[in-house]
This record gives sequence, C-alpha cells and structure tokens, in this order.
Amino acid sequence: MTVVKTSIGRRSFLKTSALAGGGFMLSFSWLAGCKPAVETLELPKEWFELNGYLKIGENGLVTIMSPNPEIGQNVKTSMPMLVAEELDVDWKNVIVEQAPLNTTVFTRQLAGGSQSIRQGWKSLRMAGATARKMLREAAAKAWQVSADEITTEASMLYHKASGKSASYGEMASAAANIEVPKEVELKNNNDFKIIGTSRNNVDGKKIVTGQPLFGLDYRKEGMLIAMIAHPPAFGMKLKSVDDSQARSMPGIKDVFTIKTYPEDYAQQWCDVDSFPDLVVVVGNTTWEVMNARKVLKLEWENFSDHEISSSTFWGTTVKVKVPGGLENTATHNQVMAEASKLATVARKDGNPEAVFKKAAKVIERSYSAPFLAHNTMEPMNFFAHVTSEKAELVGPTQTPEFMEKSVAARLNLPVEKVDIQMTRQGGGFGRRLYGHFMVEAAVISQKVNAPVKLIYTREDDMSFGVYRPAYLAKYRAALDENNNLIAFHVNAGGIPESPLFANRFPAGAVENYLAESWTAPSNISVGAFRAPASNFIAGAEQSFLDEVAEAAGKDPIQFRLELLERALNKPVGERNDYEAKRLAGVLELVRSKSNWGQDVPNVHRGVSAYFCHDSYVAHVIDLKVDNGKPRVEKVYCAVDCGIVVNPVAATNLVEGGSVDGIGHAMFSGLTFTNGTPDQNNFNKYRLIRHREAPKAIDVHFVQSTVDPTGLGEPPFPPVMGALANALYKATGKRHYSQPYLGEGIELG
Amino acid sequence: MATFSLNVNGKNQEVDVDPNTPVLWVLRDHLNLVGTKFGCGIAQCGACTIHIDGVATRSCMLPISSVGNQKVTTIEGLSENGDHPVQKAWLEHDVPQCGYCQAGQIMSAAALLEENPNPSDEQIETAMNGNICRCGTYVRIKAAVKTASKIINA
Repeated sequence: MTVVKTSIGRRSFLKTSALAGGGFMLSFSWLAGCKPAVETLELPKEWFELNGYLKIGENGLVTIMSPNPEIGQNVKTSMPMLVAEELDVDWKNVIVEQAPLNTTVFTRQLAGGSQSIRQGWKSLRMAGATARKMLREAAAKAWQVSADEITTEASMLYHKASGKSASYGEMASAAANIEVPKEVELKNNNDFKIIGTSRNNVDGKKIVTGQPLFGLDYRKEGMLIAMIAHPPAFGMKLKSVDDSQARSMPGIKDVFTIKTYPEDYAQQWCDVDSFPDLVVVVGNTTWEVMNARKVLKLEWENFSDHEISSSTFWGTTVKVKVPGGLENTATHNQVMAEASKLATVARKDGNPEAVFKKAAKVIERSYSAPFLAHNTMEPMNFFAHVTSEKAELVGPTQTPEFMEKSVAARLNLPVEKVDIQMTRQGGGFGRRLYGHFMVEAAVISQKVNAPVKLIYTREDDMSFGVYRPAYLAKYRAALDENNNLIAFHVNAGGIPESPLFANRFPAGAVENYLAESWTAPSNISVGAFRAPASNFIAGAEQSFLDEVAEAAGKDPIQFRLELLERALNKPVGERNDYEAKRLAGVLELVRSKSNWGQDVPNVHRGVSAYFCHDSYVAHVIDLKVDNGKPRVEKVYCAVDCGIVVNPVAATNLVEGGSVDGIGHAMFSGLTFTNGTPDQNNFNKYRLIRHREAPKAIDVHFVQSTVDPTGLGEPPFPPVMGALANALYKATGKRHYSQPYLGEGIELG
Repeated sequence: MATFSLNVNGKNQEVDVDPNTPVLWVLRDHLNLVGTKFGCGIAQCGACTIHIDGVATRSCMLPISSVGNQKVTTIEGLSENGDHPVQKAWLEHDVPQCGYCQAGQIMSAAALLEENPNPSDEQIETAMNGNICRCGTYVRIKAAVKTASKIINA
C-alpha cells in the first residue's frame, strides 16, 4: 500500500451539498450526463460533494468529474476509472461528467504529450482514496468503531465484527462533514478491481444515437453564426474590404474586420497569428453566412519581414522574426538541402568522421516528408458569449488553461472572468492546442454583443492550419569488414523545426555517433501533430536501419536487438533517453506474436520499433500482393506503456494509431504554391479510407507494473517504418519520400 | 426563401429557407438535429450521411428543394431507443474514439445492411469507403458491421 500526502487544494474540498442540477450543473446541463450507461438507479434527490472530483447521491449514485479535454484518447472514461478504483465504487453506478476549466481544483487540464493518465495517475486516485477514507470515518462515527476496522467493496461499507453495513449513499451526507484527511493510502496494484479491466466509452450511447456532444453541436438562445475570411496565402495580409454585397445578403447581421492579437501582445506558445487581420461575417444561420462570405470582395497584399512578440515558457518576452514572401514546395526542397549544410552538432560520441573514412561499407540515404494538416473530423469552432462582465466560452480545446490567459488578455478581462467549458472534441491530434479560434470567437462576440458560434469550413481548417513541419533527414552508417555497425550519422532538420532527438536510439548503441540538427525559417504556421517530430524521424530511422541490417546481412530484428544489447550492457555516452531493455522487450514480443522468421507464401513483412512519450511500440506489417497492388493484410503491434488502465480503449488507440500512421505515410501531404496550400479539402488531400486500412490488427501489451506512460501518440510513428520496410519486401523498391503514394505506389 | 414540408424521422416539419440550403444545415440549424455532422461540405467524408427513403445520402450537398416528400432519416431517428442492430454492435465493439464521424458511419452501415443483410468483407469495404475516420477505427467498424449482420439475421 502506498501512503501519499493529499495535495489537492483546500477549495476542492468545499463541503457543499448542492441539489442535483445546481451550480455549474445547471449551466452545463445540456452536456451533462443525465443517466449512467446502465440505468440501474434514478438520479438522487441530493448530491454530497466530497471533493472537487466527485459527489455521491443519497441513493449511491456517484458523479465523477473528468478533468481533461477528451479528444478521442478516452480520458473521459479512463481518468474517472482511476478515481472509482480508489473509491471502491461499483462502476455501473458511476456517472461521468466533463469538468469545466478550474485550475484551483484540477491540475493540468490539457490534452497533449500523451500525458493525461501519467500526470493524473496519483492525483485522481488520491481524490478517490480521500473520499473513501471520509466515508469510512463517517461509518466509524455512526457505528462507534474504529475506522481501521471498516472495509469497503463495490460502494458498500462493512464492519465485519459487528456485522454492520451501509451503502455509500447512506453515509454520503455524514462523510461530507468529515474533515479532509491529511494523508491517504493508495491500493497496491494487485488489489485493482477497475484499473486493468475493460470499460466501454462512457459517451458511447450518446455517440451512437447522435446526441449533442461536440463543440459544433452547442447552441444557446439568440446565438449567431460567424465565419472568417483569411488571406489565401501564407505571407499575405488584408489590403481592402468591399462588403457592400455581403451585408445585403439575407440573414446577415454584420461584416467587419478583427485583429486576433494586438500588436504589443506577447504571444504564448499556443497562440498563432499567421493571419493577424481577419474579415468576419456574422448572421443567423450557417448557410446564409457561407453565402455572404462568398461575395465579399477582398484584396490582399504581401507582407514583408517583421517581428512579433512571443512569451517563453519561462515568462520572458522574445522577438520572433516572421519572414515575408510567398513560399513554394519546390523551393522548400532547395531551402532544406542548403540549410542541412549549416547544421549544428547536437551530439557526438567517439570519432565518427575518422571511422567513416576507414569503413568497409558506408550506406547513405535521405528521407523526407511534407507538411501535414491535422484534419480533425470536426473542423475548428468555438462558442463565445462576451459581455462587459465576463466571457463564457464553450467548445473543443486541448489547452483551456493556457487559452484562458490569451482570451483574458485580448479582452482585457481578469482571468477569473473567463469561463471555459470543454465539449467532447471531434479529434485533436495537436491542432486544438492552438486556440486562436477561441480568441477570434471572443472578439467577434464582444463586437456584436451577442452569443456567437464561430465555424471553420473544411477549407478554412485546412488552409489556416498549424501544420506538421516539412522534414528532411540524411543518414549514414559505417560497417566494418565483419558487418558491425561502427559509426552512425544523422543530419535532420525541417521547415521551420527540426525533428531530431539526438539522445534516442541508436544513440548509446554505436561507438561513433554524430547527430546534427538544422532549421529553415518560414511564415507557414506549424505546431505539434500527433507525436511531434517522432512522427517523421521514427519512419526515417527505422527505414534506414532496415537497409543497414540488410547491408550487414542480418535479420532486421536481430540486428536491432544486438544494438540494444550494446546500449544495455555498455552504453555509449552519458545520456540516452530510452530504456534499451524495454525497447528490446517490444521487439521480442512482436517477434514472437508475429511468428517472425516463418516464411509464408505471398506475405511480405516489415518491422520497426520506436520509443516516444515514455512508451515503447514495435510493429510488424504483413503485406499481400494481389493484382500487382500490395495491401495491408495484418499489423502486429507490441506495446509497453506500463500499466494498462482500460484495455479495450487502449487497444482501440493502438489500432487507430497504426491505421493513422499507415495512412499518413502512404497518402497524406500538404504542398504550397505561392504560399497557398494546394490541397484544401478531402477531394485533394487524402486520408486513409476503409478499403486501404489493415484487414486485421493484433495488439499485445507488455505485462508491466510500471506506472502508466503515454499511449495516444506512441503507436503512430513506428508503423510508418514498418510499412516502408514491408513495401520493399513486396515490391523490391525502397521508399524515401512521404507520402509513398507520390513514389508511384498504391495500396490495393 | 421558400417553405418546405419535410418528413424527418417520421415527423412532418416545415421550414422556411433558401431552396439551395443543404439538408445538413436545415437539420442542424433549423430543426436542431445536430447528430448529423459537418465534415467537408463536398460529399467526400461521409460525416453528414443520412437516409433518403432508406438510401445512404450525403446531406451536405443535397439541396432541400430536391427532397420533396421522400422520407428523411437521421441518426436521431434510426431507432427509438438507440437499439438498432448497428447501434448495438457499435456499443458492443466500443468502436468510437473521438466519435465525430460515427453517426455517418452508422448510417452508411445501416443502409448497407438494409439492402444486403449478409455483406462480404469486400462489400463492407466498398459501402464504408466514403466515410473517413481520422482516428482510424476501420477495423472495429468492419467487425461491428459483421456483428450487426448477425443480430439482424438471428
């Protein structure tokens, strides 16, 4: 048993017994879960709030607040499972509600970096354990016995010696008046009853029946619809507006321009200001606003090099240069080739240059990948109602804590006056970390003095992106006459960010190692995209290692395992950011589960393994070739993410990440002509579809007692390498440039 | 503007809108049926799939003036209690991740099974190919369609 000091803020333990539907429940009732998934109990007459995370009804129903943004990673189910575990409650009597943004009660209300479960592992369990202790103490008082003698199980309290028992509902009122304990005990892993068991999505029924859950579904009495017009190209700004025709269109209330951020505003990392001046059309209905926007007569002009103020993580303000000019993909390739010559050394072990000179064999390859648009299926949108008193915002955001500050600063309101409610989100993948659309919605609402829902069309969403950068990586490997890898060199960079992780595998496994990094400036806005940087470098490195293994005449899994053996037993360098044993562990697991090494007619296999977000994932892909076209027959996937909280959802995430990775490596890419994205909807931008998806995916988790690590991102990057390696086996052609579709290959 | 009489989920409704308004926006903005989703606006992603006289149709490019007295069914009207075989199968397989595309997926699957209660893998792939899922739940979608087929044929 683990004893932990309770560190939940005092305000989260306000002992109130609010009536059902009271307080914020009322204002949020359109979203609130009204009944548990299995309708065994009616709603209680009274709720007793034991802490900010949970309240218990007199009939035993428990409401657990899910603090973090739900973007499809299942936190709305799996985070409350952690609370329920330590509370010892019967899951079928649990209602889950999305918590509003409340930084006093909740910590890290953010969806990013695959960290929600990792960061919530202790605090959420503590919230459940605290409430359980208060219930036991309430029962002890009532029964005049020691609390230590009281046990709990499935929402019941028992005193074995006297034979007394009571339900949580019966004790809830008394428990709410018990002093908050100073420390609580957390369960041992082998006592878990909910953690490690599969629990279906708490919103499942609402999703399959089309209930309003998402930001785009939100509505409020008197709400208007707003859309924006932004410059057609990165590098352009607004010159003039003729809105006379648009204003006269039916249903239109107003047309005006806004500035998203004031000139002197120091932008946070999540603020994006690619297009500072926007034209806004506000009207009664979506279709009317869409039509009016079409008849706006707008002139744009190129902007020149300028600087913007940006605040750093450390609170200082720095000036960031934004280059002028209209960029082109064709030129980008040249820019990257030039920039790569000016790389800086990120890590150097041994004497790589000397070793390359005397090597028996040198393998040298380059890999590239284009910009990617996130393409969450729910386009960007947000509701805002701003009055002189306060700002109410509702919608999909991954960074409510941060964007609250941006909205407050822009509206010149104290942060306390900005209220942000999170809806379920139709995908995130990093795009909703950058909440400029929240600021836009707030400024628009303030201007028209009415509740407003800002909607991006798919074209807006794809052409006003915060894209995955474009990348280029050059690799060299040196083999000696016995085919040992004696030197390794990576030179990686991107527009405008580098994908290099200098201290990840194979760093630590090669005596002579050189990692170099570079960037090239751009005015195209970029940001985090599911497993940032890893989402390119994993595929490049794992494709390259496959070629090196082949050149060395070794089995690709055995080749990697030998390197990992070296990293484990005699690591090179001071700092290696991965556990060689766990990386080897997933390779061994996928080798055994896929029966690697057994040749099956017309099955062409590729392997890869990668570490990111503290987790380890290995893939084996089986391709079959029919009518000359390869198709993904099966994906085997081995994952080490520590303790698996909710296996059904974890498996779903790994399956999805694998499909998503195959899709992006194979089909997706955003190119630019004179600053304008060449693709702005799904007729030009390809995402993987049903027919191209793997026929089967076989997911295996390493049995682990390690505290949970990331899962939303780790299954995404490595599969790209496995795909390239399997394609080589199927067709004899190596792939170096994503999307592979552009290299003349299709999936059947 | 013009007045249109519609039969949506078995109920007669009247709306006064521009005849070119896509059915998607009539449903979402005028009838407050927001289960049908906006994804692309050009009939490429399938998030807006509804049934017109039982046939899976993209509602984002379908002008309201073309509906006439055909029956419109949305995800909200697919079943009374959320117990259509496809909905049941979707829950059994815990298909959704973000969930945004799933109403469209379910409507496509329900129309397929109405026409062909025993689809082959290839027929499922063809029928479901117009519905994009960025979360990548395709493997579960296929499994759920097969389960729904079993429920229907039981």
